[in-house]
Amino acid sequence: MSADMTTASTPTIVLVGHGMVGQRFLEALADRGVTERARVVVLCEEPRPAYDRVQLTSYFSGKTPDDLSMVEAGFMEKHGIELYVGDAAESVDRAARTVTARSGQVFAYDTLVLATGSYPFVPPVPGKDARGCFVYRTIEDLLAIEEYAKTATTGAVVGGGLLGLEAAGALKGLGLETHVVEFAPRLMPVQVDEGGGTALLRTIERMGLSVHTGTGTQEVVTTDGAVTGMKLSDGSELATDMVVFSAGVRPRDQLARDCGLDVGERGGIAVDELCRTSDPAVFAIGECALASDGRVYGLVAPGYEMAQTVAAAIADEAGEGDGFTGADMSTKLKLLGVDVASFGDAHGTTEGCLDVVYSDSRSGVYKKLVIDGEGRLLGGVLVGDAEQYGLLRPLTGTVPPVSAEQLVLPAGAGAPVALGPSALPDDAVICSCHNVTKHAIGQCESLAEVKKCTKAGTGCGSCVKVIEKLLPAPTDKGLCRDFSYTRSELYEVARTLRITSFAALLDSHGRDEAKGGEGCEVCKPTVGSILASLNNGYILDGEQASLQDTNDHFLANLQRNGSYSVVPRIPGGEITPDGLIVIGEVARDFGLYTKITGGQRIDMFGARVEQLPAIWTRLVDAGFESGHAYGKSLRTVKSCVGQTWCRYGVQDSVKMAIQLELRYRGLRSPHKLKSAVSGCARECAEAQSKDFGIIATANGWNLYVGGNGGATPRHADLLAQDLSDAELVRLIDRFLMFYIRTADRLERTSTWLERLEGGLDHLKDVVVHDSLGLCDELESLMAAHVADYQDEWAQTLDDPDRLRRFVSFVNAPEAPDPSVRFMPERDQIKPDLTILTIGTLEGATSR
Amino acid sequence: MTTTLELSPAADSWMTVCEESRLTPGRGVAALLPDGRQAAVFRDRAGRTYAIDNRDPFTGAQVLSRGLVGSVDGRPFVASPLLKQRFDLETGRCLDDDEVAVAVYPLRSI
Ligand code: SRM
Ligand SMILES: Cc1cc2nc3c(=O)[nH]c(=O)nc-3n(C[C@H](O)[C@H](O)[C@H](O)COP(=O)(O)OP(=O)(O)OC[C@H]3O[C@@H](n4cnc5c(N)ncnc54)[C@H](O)[C@@H]3O)c2cc1C
Ligand code: SF4
Ligand code: FES
Repeated sequence: MSADMTTASTPTIVLVGHGMVGQRFLEALADRGVTERARVVVLCEEPRPAYDRVQLTSYFSGKTPDDLSMVEAGFMEKHGIELYVGDAAESVDRAARTVTARSGQVFAYDTLVLATGSYPFVPPVPGKDARGCFVYRTIEDLLAIEEYAKTATTGAVVGGGLLGLEAAGALKGLGLETHVVEFAPRLMPVQVDEGGGTALLRTIERMGLSVHTGTGTQEVVTTDGAVTGMKLSDGSELATDMVVFSAGVRPRDQLARDCGLDVGERGGIAVDELCRTSDPAVFAIGECALASDGRVYGLVAPGYEMAQTVAAAIADEAGEGDGFTGADMSTKLKLLGVDVASFGDAHGTTEGCLDVVYSDSRSGVYKKLVIDGEGRLLGGVLVGDAEQYGLLRPLTGTVPPVSAEQLVLPAGAGAPVALGPSALPDDAVICSCHNVTKHAIGQCESLAEVKKCTKAGTGCGSCVKVIEKLLPAPTDKGLCRDFSYTRSELYEVARTLRITSFAALLDSHGRDEAKGGEGCEVCKPTVGSILASLNNGYILDGEQASLQDTNDHFLANLQRNGSYSVVPRIPGGEITPDGLIVIGEVARDFGLYTKITGGQRIDMFGARVEQLPAIWTRLVDAGFESGHAYGKSLRTVKSCVGQTWCRYGVQDSVKMAIQLELRYRGLRSPHKLKSAVSGCARECAEAQSKDFGIIATANGWNLYVGGNGGATPRHADLLAQDLSDAELVRLIDRFLMFYIRTADRLERTSTWLERLEGGLDHLKDVVVHDSLGLCDELESLMAAHVADYQDEWAQTLDDPDRLRRFVSFVNAPEAPDPSVRFMPERDQIKPDLTILTIGTLEGATSR
Repeated sequence: MTTTLELSPAADSWMTVCEESRLTPGRGVAALLPDGRQAAVFRDRAGRTYAIDNRDPFTGAQVLSRGLVGSVDGRPFVASPLLKQRFDLETGRCLDDDEVAVAVYPLRSI
């Protein structure tokens, strides 16, 4: 694309830098319809589109680079934005109004927006460029750190600020002995005061990190070009295999300098309140900008505000606020598991201010509030317990409804019981990342709605707790009109009281008005599934028969015209030619429609109820068994061909898939369960979209959980790495049983995991580290399932009583249902729906 | 002693459905009527029996007998297995759409 493409009627906007703020700017342009009337070109230096830098560190807790992406799929295409990934702006010719990219492309612009962010500052010490020296800013930085750490045992972080501590946490998480070297006399000198720094230091040292405050880095010691240690300003030397510099950031203003735009004395592209640079056709936003209040903001929220301001200016919207005049520097973080928050005038620099301090060094809690003479809250610092942050920050600037000392005391020691978010004024900003007020949140019914409509809670997430408190409490979490208990509560009741019938459970634990009744279409299958999970019996005997959903009732899947489909199990998708022939012959002989499913097996459609036993007799004789396509139970374990054939495979994925499918077949669960095993990281089996997915590694297996395809796809989270066969199976046993035990009705593992308090970490604690002491029991429940498994279809065929139900008409067992008819399509059959449109009723109305 | 369940497909005529013991409480069976219509016959926990037309008016499929039986405020219903609309077993009225109902057939035990 070249400069001459621009026409007078479509102005061109060029954005340099596709970081967090750049992306927000594009969204703001799209929201205002600017993308429809202007050509928008984006130069993105990094090898991937904008991602969530704030959550960067979560890469080490299993988030993939894709999870961190901030660009909704299809966004660029939808708005016709030209994004050049991996291409940077090299120079700007302001007279000609063109930008030249590294690739050589030249783009003419009418408006240029610089959103180039910052770069990490590396102090000019000898050895700083040696192998083993890193910075902490991009996904590529993290990938490099992760790789290098594999061969390292010790790591040192230069800088004990916010990012330094995050980096230190990451090194610790990678198994390194970790040092933090901070020049200032305390940790996080920018955010917290001395008392807070001391509390933080104690807690962090207790976690096994070595902290050296008041110490500078003089030299990085190297051997053969690689880091081996550091010389510190106090004369001591530290042995270390790698160094991560996190000594602050500097605005990336070189491009602006080179083309003669004004920059600040200490860096930053100078802008006015509308974020305009010294050239009115050029704007600068985000961390690269020196705002009109003389500050460079190193946080994302002010950048977002600038992005909105510029988008509004370009859209020519009058009265969109007063531009960007400065922002709140409040932060709340969880650093190495310690809550740290600072807001407002945290250091008490306002003249005549006073402070109220609570400090408990036993528990590492430190809280300080800064107030003025009239009792107005000006700011504060919270370390170790930042529970109150979401409430205190919006109260800043007001006189809180209770006294300051009450606000810092821990619960139970005089903290106000009544002071909840309801005490906040309507215009209090609850989400500072997205500038959303209490009033705006009050318009929504649920957290999901809040996130969708206002974006609140989708940034750093620190406001979510307060948002939840502002929303109407879910009125009744009961399963249905018959039970006030949830599915997991009923599971526990049935398990501990050994209740084995629905009627007994309803009469003992149902709502009063429902006792003695029939239950309903929600609780019956739910309880049916619980009883099946607990007892492993044949699901269609006695009362259980009346609980099963229609599909389970006939051990087949009901189709729209009242016919059924039949899906034999094909473990791992592996099938012999003879097996294929049997399926083909059965389908041909019974006139069934056949299709390969999305689950690597074959579905035969169009069977009448009374044909099912005959079809299954043939299938069972040939060695097939029920595929449970009808059940809330294990569906398929898909596999790729794996090591045996594939040139890339590192393990036998087919064998493992078959083993897992056979182990968990028939396991009744709150919703269906799907799995897949891939033979290498290329992931041909799509394991990361499964409830439990397995990917082979050179050393064993990685286990991913909570993935989902379907309507709301979710990438699975990594639960454990490099497992042996036995470890893998044991962990899946625990995972599945824990899910079965605690999930809600029709809750796939993905939504369950999202809801689980403590999330993935909690799940790891329970199933990997056995923090609840449950694992023995979970494993033995699974062992019982495996031992008791029997094929439901073989069991059915063996028993004339059970077979009796497979008739279309109780009074005419031989008669086929005349309403089930088919017509030809593409050499097979399809349901004849015309016959269904003929109403046969007298005295009945229908639409 | 066995009890036989009879259904009246039209005024003054009765036909045999099955032995009552064939009915699982909380579950239905289908019966073919002489004129080709179909009935869905149910028994509840207390042993009471009900018969409504088997055709699901929303989809046209003859499937109501395969739905799940429940009760709301003491009144029994069946939920269609296809799209889950509920029908009152005593009156045939659809609980989820006022304008829809299915026929009800008298039953007797002998
Ligand atoms: C037959 C099949 C389509 C096909 O021809 O390929 C199919 C058919 C049905 N799917 Fe599916 N799904 C089939 C593979 C899938 C897949 C692909 C996979 O398994 O790899 C997915 C996405 C993966 C996933 O589940 O995460 C899939 C996601 C769904 C969903 C959405 C689930 C979700 O959590 O969002 C539903 C609805 C539900 O379960 O509530 C659904 C529901 C259904 C139902 C049961 C709808 C219904 O109630 O009638 C369909 C009836 C099956 C039948 O009558 O036999 N089907 N369905 C596939 C059977 C696979 C098998 O061998 O067992
Ligand atoms: C580990 C970590 C944790 C953080 N935690 C928080 C937090 O908790 N809260 C908070 O508010 N902030 C946090 N931040 C800061 C936050 O990430 C930044 O404020 C935010 O990313 C700034 O957005 P930006 O778009 O201005 O810059 P960036 O996100 O840095 O994006 C700038 C982009 O421009 C590109 N670029 C530069 N020059 C060019 C060029 N010439 N051509 C093309 N592209 C170019 C860069 O490669 C980069 O991709 C954190 C940062 C890090 C690194
Ligand atoms: S996932 Fe790997 S081993 Fe399996 S088929 Fe694909 S490339 Fe081969
Ligand atoms: S305050 Fe960060 S997401 Fe709301």
